[in-house]
Amino acid sequence: MFDDRSPIYLQIADKIKEDILSGALGEDEQVMSTNQYASFYRINPATAAKGFQQLVEEGVLYKRRGIGMFVSPDARESLRGQRRERFFEEVVDAMIAEARVIGIPLEDIVRRIEGAK
Amino acid sequence: MTLSVEVNDLTVRYRDTVAVDGMTLKLDGGKIYGLLGRNGSGKTSVLSVVAAFRRATGGAVLVDGAPPFENAALTRQICFVRDRVDAQDSDCVRKVLRIARALRPNWDEEYAQALIERFDLPLKKRISALSRGAKSALSVTIGLAARAPLTIFDESYLGMDAPSRYAFYDEVLSDYMAHPRTIIVSTHLIEEVGSLFEEVVIIDKGRLVAHDETEALRGRGVAVTGPADAVEAFTAGRTVLGDQRLGGTRSTTVYGQLTDEERTRARAAGLDLGPVGLQDLFVHLTASHGAEAHR
Repeated sequence: MFDDRSPIYLQIADKIKEDILSGALGEDEQVMSTNQYASFYRINPATAAKGFQQLVEEGVLYKRRGIGMFVSPDARESLRGQRRERFFEEVVDAMIAEARVIGIPLEDIVRRIEGAK
Repeated sequence: MTLSVEVNDLTVRYRDTVAVDGMTLKLDGGKIYGLLGRNGSGKTSVLSVVAAFRRATGGAVLVDGAPPFENAALTRQICFVRDRVDAQDSDCVRKVLRIARALRPNWDEEYAQALIERFDLPLKKRISALSRGAKSALSVTIGLAARAPLTIFDESYLGMDAPSRYAFYDEVLSDYMAHPRTIIVSTHLIEEVGSLFEEVVIIDKGRLVAHDETEALRGRGVAVTGPADAVEAFTAGRTVLGDQRLGGTRSTTVYGQLTDEERTRARAAGLDLGPVGLQDLFVHLTASHGAEAHR
């Protein structure tokens, strides 16, 4: 389930962010408890808690004492904003670099994008 | 209630063989610990002293601050689980469970019954008639239902098939969450259980090689790959765990975190930096050349 080569708590945080971005987890919706999460993915509860803590610090989740963790009302919008900032560098620039390596003219890419409008 | 474990300069010797060689280790308790080591690395020897099954040759072990050896009040709180059952071969499963219930102050009979069902244990069979997997399952059942504040599973899964092993891992995790205690699991099947451990202790040739939070160890190694001379220049002075060459390309695995500045420098030199998993890190740290390089 999780990749052994990077800290699992970061992978947990990323997974929950993905769920928020896709809308699978809505605003003010409660997320699984650390124990439920730990049993489901067969991981140490301290690891799950660390992933959740990371998201609380980033403002993606908020705690309600004695009840659990919830998705912050503006979490989706701020995650989308962060992704947009990285989009051109991580997706578009990477695509251009790949196209150059394998010899695809940029005009072909532009034409394809125009076609998707 | 959970128990701490302190191992101070411990030595265990069998005639001419040094099984544990001046090991020092401190476990705060209340966590699931993974003890990783190759066959013959000294895992069972350390754990036997912690569980008061044997006396130290040198140094000392403290459990909850006290020496466990011949300390009945303390040893009742410690459960040492191996892959075989500590009982008479002629006893039946039911009798072995009855004895365990009488000896263990925190025994949970209802949980024991649930485990018997889960592992499909034949109550009327004698121990001598059980398969290897069933013997493991019985000792694991006793270890879990005993709810000892210090529970040690010393490669208890040996002989269990994959579905039973996963059932065992699930039980360890869920029962630990319901009843927090100190649990030590010795294993070399890291890929299967690594994610269960909050902390990992790696030993080799009777010595401590690494002890850290599992999450910190994950990604602690870096595989540096690229043109041989560039790799050599970048990895100079670092702790090298492994090294491979293919033509002009070299891949060197180093131990330790890289700073952002170092990462940028590596990329500028045309080097590729790859993560190293827990399993690979363990292999590198305990392969004969790797362990020497690390010390």
